[in-house]
Amino acid sequence: MSATAVHSLWTTAADPIDKIDAPNIEYGQLAPTLIVIGAAVIGVLIEAFVPRKSRYYAQLFVSVVALAAAFAAVVALAAGGYGTTKARIAAMGAIAVDGPALFLQGTILLAGLVAIFTFAERKLDPVAHGNRVDSFVAQAGAVPGSEGEQAATKAGFATTEVFPLALFAIGGMLVFPSANDLLTFFIALEVFSLPLYLLCALARRKRLMSQEAAVKYFLLGAFASAFTLFGIALIYGYAGSVSYGTVAKVVDGTITTVDPALAGTMGNDALLLIGSAMIVMGLLFKVGAVPFHMWTPDVYQGAPTPVTGFMAAATKVAAFGALLRLLYVVLPGLRWDWRPVMYGVAVITMLGGAIVAITQTDIKRLLAYSSIAHAGFILAGVIATTKDGVSSVLFYLGAYSFVTIGAFAVVTLVRDAGGEATHLSKWAGLGRRSPLVAAVFAVFLLAFAGIPLTSGFSGKFAVFKAAAEGGAGALVVVGVISSAIAAFFYIRVIVLMFFSEPKADGPTVAVPSPLTMTAIGLGVAVTLVLGVAPQYFLDLASQSGVFVR
Amino acid sequence: MNPVNYLYLAALLFAIGATGVLIRRNVIVVFMCVELMLNACNLAFVAFARLHGNLDGQIIAFFTMVVAAAEVVVGLAIIVSLFRSRHSASVDDASLMKL
Repeated sequence: MSATAVHSLWTTAADPIDKIDAPNIEYGQLAPTLIVIGAAVIGVLIEAFVPRKSRYYAQLFVSVVALAAAFAAVVALAAGGYGTTKARIAAMGAIAVDGPALFLQGTILLAGLVAIFTFAERKLDPVAHGNRVDSFVAQAGAVPGSEGEQAATKAGFATTEVFPLALFAIGGMLVFPSANDLLTFFIALEVFSLPLYLLCALARRKRLMSQEAAVKYFLLGAFASAFTLFGIALIYGYAGSVSYGTVAKVVDGTITTVDPALAGTMGNDALLLIGSAMIVMGLLFKVGAVPFHMWTPDVYQGAPTPVTGFMAAATKVAAFGALLRLLYVVLPGLRWDWRPVMYGVAVITMLGGAIVAITQTDIKRLLAYSSIAHAGFILAGVIATTKDGVSSVLFYLGAYSFVTIGAFAVVTLVRDAGGEATHLSKWAGLGRRSPLVAAVFAVFLLAFAGIPLTSGFSGKFAVFKAAAEGGAGALVVVGVISSAIAAFFYIRVIVLMFFSEPKADGPTVAVPSPLTMTAIGLGVAVTLVLGVAPQYFLDLASQSGVFVR
Repeated sequence: MNPVNYLYLAALLFAIGATGVLIRRNVIVVFMCVELMLNACNLAFVAFARLHGNLDGQIIAFFTMVVAAAEVVVGLAIIVSLFRSRHSASVDDASLMKL
C-alpha cells in the first residue's frame, strides 16, 4: 500500500479555495445595534484608560450620546419606510428589520436612556468622604463591611462599569426582538442577560441582599437558558435549519425541497412540540410569567433600584418582542397547540400576580408582583393571534416601560438612615410630608391599575379589545377581574400615603438631581399623554404591527 | 453508529444536569450541572448536524461553547463574591429575602 493511499484514509486533498463570498451586511439597517455595542466597547476602553476622576462624566456622556444617536437611527429607519413597505431581513438572514422590531428597539432605547439617567444619579446618597456617590458599590470585589470596602469608599472609587454593562445589555435587547434565526436569538438572550446578572450584584446599600439576588437570578437564568438552548437543538433537529423562515415552512408543511433526512425528522412531532415548549419556557421565564416567576420578587427587591427599573421595563419589552416574533413568525402553523397553553399561562399569571401582591409589605416586592400581573395582561394580547394583537402588545409595552422606570425612580427618593425605605409601613403619611412625590407616585400607581386618563388604561383597553376580537372573551373577563384585584392594592398604597398620619421617625424624601427629575418627569408625561391622547401612538403601533418573514 | 443514539445520550445528560440543578445545594455544583446541560445541548446539536448533513449544528456548538465560557466568567464572579461575604456556598443559606 503506497503512502498516499494510507494518508487518504485520514486526509483529503485540499481544494484550492478560489474565492469566499464576503457576507453582505447592511450596516445602515443595523445601525442602532452597532452604535450601542460600539459605545459599550468604548465604555470598556474608558474604564481602562481614562483617569478615575473623569470616568463618570466620560461614561455618562458616551452612554447618553450613543443611546440618543441609536434612537435617531431607529427613527430614520422608520421614516425611511423600513417599518412598513421596505421591511426586510438583513445580515444574511440573521436580523429582521420590520415594524415590530423598530418599534420595540425605539422603546428599549428610550427606556434605556431614561434608566441611564437614574443610574447616574449622585445626589440621593449622603456624601461619603467628600465624594458624591451613586447607587452602586464603590468596589464590587470588596467584602461587604470590610476595611477594603471602607478604603474604596474613602478613596472615592465608583463602579462606573455599570454604564458599559447597561449598554451591552441594551445592545442584546435590541437584537433580541429582531433576531431572525434561533442562533442569533440565543446569543442575544445571553448578551443581554449576563450584564444584568452583574448589575444586580452591585448595590451600594444592603449588599448581601444584592449579591443574593444576583446569585438567584444567575442560577435560574442560566437554568432557563439551558432549556431554551435544548429547545433550539430539538427544533434544529426537526427542521434541519435554525432560520425562522425555514423552520416556519417546515412547521406548516409548505417547504418545497425535502431531503431524506428532513423527511425523516419532520414527521416527528415530539421534536417540534417539546422543542417549542422549551424555547417558550425560556421566554416566559424572562418575562416573569407564572409558573416561571419565582425569581422576580427576590431579584427585584435585592437589585439596586435603578437596575430594577431598567430590568423591569427593558427586559420585558425585549422578551415579549422575541416571544411575539417566535409565536407569530415561526410557529403560526402550531397555533392550535400553543394558544390553549398560553391562554392558561395568561390566566394564572394575571390572577397569581394580582392575588399574591395583596400580601406584600415591601414596595419593591409589590411592584415585582405587579409586573408579573402585567406580564399576564400582555400575554392576553399575545394570544389574540391577529394584527391588532401585535400592535396592542407593542403599545402596552411602550406605555408600561415608562411607568415602571418612573415608579422605581420614585422608590429611590424615599430614604432613611439605612438607604431606601422600602417597607410599606414607612410610606405611611408620605402625602402629608411631600405631596409632590406622593402625587407623582399615585399617578404611576393609577396607571398600573389602569384607571382612565392614564396610559395603563389605553394599554389595557387595547390588549383586552384585541383578545376579545381574537376569540378569547373569557380571558378578558379574567383580565378585568384581576385588574380589579390589582387596583385594590394600588389604591391601598395611595390611601396609605395620603390618609394616614406620618410617623415621627419616618423616612425623608431626598431632592434628586435633574437626572432623576427628568426620568420621573418623562414617566409622568408619557403616562398622561398616552392616557389622554393615545391615538397617534396607537396608530404608530398599528402601522408597525406586521412581521417580515 | 446510528446518530439517534447520541440524541438519547444528550437527553439523558440534560436530564441528569437538570436534576442536579434541582436537588444539589452547593452553588458551584448547581452551576456545574447547568454547564452539563449546555454540553448536552452541544451533543444534540452535533448529532443533529450529522443526521441532517449540514454544518449549522456544529457552528452553533462553537457559539454555545463561547456562551458557556462567558457564563462561567460572570457566574464565578458572582458566586465568589457571595462566598467571600458569607463564607458559605449553599443555596439554602442565601435566604435573606422571603415573603
